[in-house]
Amino acid sequence: MIYKDYFYVVIFMFLGIIFVLGSIIFSKILAPSKFSLEKASPYECGEKPIGDAWVQYNARYYIFAMMFVIFDVEAIFLVPWAVTLKDLGIYSFVEMVIFLFILSTALIYAFKKKVLEWV
Amino acid sequence: MDQYLAKLILKFFHYKAPFLLLALGTAIITVAFVSLTVLFLIWLERKISAKIQSRMGPMLNGPRFMAQISMWLGGIFQTLWDALKLLLKEQVTPQNADKIVFWSAPVVVFTACLMTYVVIPFGPGLVVKDLNLGLLYILAVSTFSVISILMAGWGSNNKYSLLGGFRSAAQIISYEVPLIFSLLGVMILAGSLKLSEIVLAQGKVWFIIPQFLGFLIYFICSIAELNRPPFDIPEAESELVAGFHTEYSGMGFAMFFLSEFANMFVISALITTLFLGGWLLPFGLKLPSNLSFLGITIPYFNLFGSVLIFLIKTYLVILFFMWVRWTYPRPRPDQLMTFSWKILLPLSFLNLIGTSLGVIIWKI
Repeated sequence: MIYKDYFYVVIFMFLGIIFVLGSIIFSKILAPSKFSLEKASPYECGEKPIGDAWVQYNARYYIFAMMFVIFDVEAIFLVPWAVTLKDLGIYSFVEMVIFLFILSTALIYAFKKKVLEWV
Repeated sequence: MDQYLAKLILKFFHYKAPFLLLALGTAIITVAFVSLTVLFLIWLERKISAKIQSRMGPMLNGPRFMAQISMWLGGIFQTLWDALKLLLKEQVTPQNADKIVFWSAPVVVFTACLMTYVVIPFGPGLVVKDLNLGLLYILAVSTFSVISILMAGWGSNNKYSLLGGFRSAAQIISYEVPLIFSLLGVMILAGSLKLSEIVLAQGKVWFIIPQFLGFLIYFICSIAELNRPPFDIPEAESELVAGFHTEYSGMGFAMFFLSEFANMFVISALITTLFLGGWLLPFGLKLPSNLSFLGITIPYFNLFGSVLIFLIKTYLVILFFMWVRWTYPRPRPDQLMTFSWKILLPLSFLNLIGTSLGVIIWKI
């Protein structure tokens, strides 16, 4: 039964959550806890923190994330093909080479546009 | 694994365990296994780094009556005391932090790591649950660590944490792509995503021989996925203090540490499963199912022998990871990105085309 298999995954998930929360709460009970403003201020090598850390950030990361989404989706397309390649034969191989060719074109385009350069 | 657990319970308690109890039992065993393995691995890492740098590493530790034993064993209890210390440390939540995100990050990181243990096959039939989509499942679940690292980085409201979190996310997602492409070669050769079937497909020859390029790419990418040196840019001590877990103390920090090493074990076990033949002996040799030695018969020899072989291989891979860690310097972030997108990704394309072409020609 397939749902029975994935039931184990759910059990593992809940046990993981319980384990971490349990040990954190257990430690909270055991450990000393005394609030002080100095201790609770964000760590900045001993200096007084300047401004907030939640600022707008370099867009370069966003472009990498876009590239990742594109290529990861392509990889997921390739998985069922890879598993059944032995049965599908040469026809599917040619198709996939064309697919990979289009993918590489996108990668080369990204190269040329200097998207992959880090600043 | 649950069938063996059911047998044990039936034998000792004469009780036919229900399905829920078995599932919970295997989960608890796995958590215990993970904790013990991590305690051992941290000690091993410290000891190996000491040997590489001509130091002694941890030796004397603990209360007086245990210190001598600890010394004879090479300071093996060091991590235990470290864990106890972390348990008794105060947990400081930064004042401006997003408290829910901040405290749920360690939960996510450990849970994602624990969930990958479901499909690791330690021996024939010795797997928590051999999912049909095992390999894809591992790839999917292990990517949760990106989310937790981003959560930790954002939730801390600390500039170092944020920088570390972003860098880590960029690094992990960049290396995820060649990692998946390098595994496609294994999927082609095995014709299955079920990890036990992938192991059995390596009866004649381990996949490291036809897939050597894939193995290299996977190994490099997994170092980057684990955020281990030389690819530890997200937590580069000399620039970012401790990266995304700068603000964590006590158990929160311990959870990040725990899941880092538990993840290393999973990745090593996965490399063993996919490339080094899992629990199989080389050259198609087989273990006898019952070993008779001087009139004593060891039952389940096949099972125990398989687990032993699997663990030996896994620990060899782990030793290799540690060796790499203490040998190479750290590259710059831009070099890291360039290496992934411009070298590893085209190479993994080549590997994929080469493997599929080889399989097609072999069939004709």
